[in-house]
Amino acid sequence: MSAVEDVATQAAAVEAVPKRAMTLGTGTSLVVLTLLLVVPLFVKNFIIFQMTMLLIYGVAVLALNILTGGSGQFSLGQSAFYAIGAYTSAILMEQYDVNYALTLPVAGLVCFGAGFLFGQPALRLSGVYLALATFALATAMPQLLKLGYFEKWTGGVQGLVVTKPDAPFGLHMSQDVWLYYFTLVITVAIYVFSVNLLRSRSGRAFMAIRDNEIAASAMGVNVALYKTLAFGVSAGITGVAGGLGAIAVQFVAPDSYTIQFAIALFLGMVVGGVGWLPGSFIGSAFIIFVPNIAENISKGLSGAVFGVLLFLVIFLLPHGARQIAIVGQQLLARLRR
Amino acid sequence: MELFTNQILAGISTGAIYACLALAVVMIYQAIDHLNFAQGEMAMFSTFISWQLMQWGLPYWVAFVLTIAFSFAGGIAIERVLFKPLAKAPILTNVAGFIALYSIINSSAGLIWDFTIKQYPTPFGSAPFLGSQLISTHQAGMIGVTLLLLLALYFFFQYTRVGLAMRAAASLPESARLVGINTSWMIALGWGMAAAIGAIAGILIAPVVFLEPNMMLGTLIYGFAAAVLGGLTSPFGAVVGGFLVGIFENLAGTYIPYAGNELKLPIALALIVSILVVKPAGLFGRHIVKRV
Repeated sequence: MSAVEDVATQAAAVEAVPKRAMTLGTGTSLVVLTLLLVVPLFVKNFIIFQMTMLLIYGVAVLALNILTGGSGQFSLGQSAFYAIGAYTSAILMEQYDVNYALTLPVAGLVCFGAGFLFGQPALRLSGVYLALATFALATAMPQLLKLGYFEKWTGGVQGLVVTKPDAPFGLHMSQDVWLYYFTLVITVAIYVFSVNLLRSRSGRAFMAIRDNEIAASAMGVNVALYKTLAFGVSAGITGVAGGLGAIAVQFVAPDSYTIQFAIALFLGMVVGGVGWLPGSFIGSAFIIFVPNIAENISKGLSGAVFGVLLFLVIFLLPHGARQIAIVGQQLLARLRR
Repeated sequence: MELFTNQILAGISTGAIYACLALAVVMIYQAIDHLNFAQGEMAMFSTFISWQLMQWGLPYWVAFVLTIAFSFAGGIAIERVLFKPLAKAPILTNVAGFIALYSIINSSAGLIWDFTIKQYPTPFGSAPFLGSQLISTHQAGMIGVTLLLLLALYFFFQYTRVGLAMRAAASLPESARLVGINTSWMIALGWGMAAAIGAIAGILIAPVVFLEPNMMLGTLIYGFAAAVLGGLTSPFGAVVGGFLVGIFENLAGTYIPYAGNELKLPIALALIVSILVVKPAGLFGRHIVKRV
């Protein structure tokens, strides 16, 4: 049987998104940024905490978006990299007394390494196979973290408690507000980095691979290098998000990083619009607030609600929130005329 | 040595389950070129239905047959309603669809039957098989059912018109359509059969892992590993892969320190990744060449 060779023209892995459609205009970006800066001054601490989580998950979804929307590779295993980042930060802070801000670059680097390494076998895989390998990675991660062998550092099943940092320089700010602005600065930095990355030579290489791998390699793109690089960058950014998440939640435990979390991140990307970077934050708002609403209706319902909404998005809004944004833009343009 | 043969036999019996699930995965992969991430959850849901039927007082085998019929119809319905419109969509959309199905089924099973662990009966009993201490009658029954299933599938695909049509639709859809095969319904049929095979796998494994909404996660990963090892394009390979993976899991659990139940999933991960790297087409799969 193995002598028979099939020739298949595969369906595209991910729909091609033009580079210009990936970001917001300067004006809109500034308005959003101003809102993000001002709103926390007027709301309660709990809402500030939720906004912090929104930014953190947004960064994680953004990382997945670079990988999938940019280079056309799947990952259902982002929760694993998030977990590695969270644990790196937590262990450095609690076991080695490293300053929390310094743990983030380390978490990013460790995850970049992990992602780059995982990208090596992933190179041989495309489409479904890649989804499968990363799916297995995500399901295996909690068990790896629980291993008795690592318990010295990871705290085993119990996990680790992380202390929340105070505002520095004698600023009169509550811990939550300080953490929010700290997260915001990092988020903006990562966002700008991602936008520029996709506009750069590397970004064009990612997109060429996404749209047609064979044609890309014929044009001289080093497919192997850029695919693993996309994996590494995505994992690294996810790791920073994981580290921030550990600091914000003040707790890491193996069972917070299950396949359900990976699914949520994937869902956030689909809802926000694959390949539309600002959509990552809309998707992240979706995965934070929808489960809360669903749990209010009935316990254990959030999975079903997630699933149904995901199907609705697939069928009605195949481009996710980007589609709504495009319609909105067209309406605005018509009003101006 | 006794420990070794013991573990191999135990491996073969768990392997039977992986083989069943891998068979279901391969069936859908053959029909639509996608891996069904919801396969395990569909099997779990079917198992719950059979449990419910037995709670209502139906005898085991009646519940068994009814469940399989229901799963078959359910599989076809899911394909017709949810996945037929996605046939031409990008792979990402399909993966998202499977993920959505996964969380809908998992969460609604939890809602209907809640998350407590339930006992599940076995029709074969759990006495030692033929007086041997190595293997119980339930394990022997599992192996028997899997082999029967494989045989039945073999005859179905080799000697019936529908089986031939399904193979044609899977390998060359365009040409199959030209000779008058309704390829769209062949895909639906593939989904139905996969759901039914999954239901059998679920019912067989439930006495071993107990019945609960998350019972299939570990099994599904091993089912995937088995399907990948055997080659995603070969039903026969899936069954061989299932037994091999079962044996491997048991031997690894016995002879590698630290690798008990604790490392069950990481071992499957390592297995999947190393197979995909060393031999992406699996033992019996076909090699697919891509063109621009």
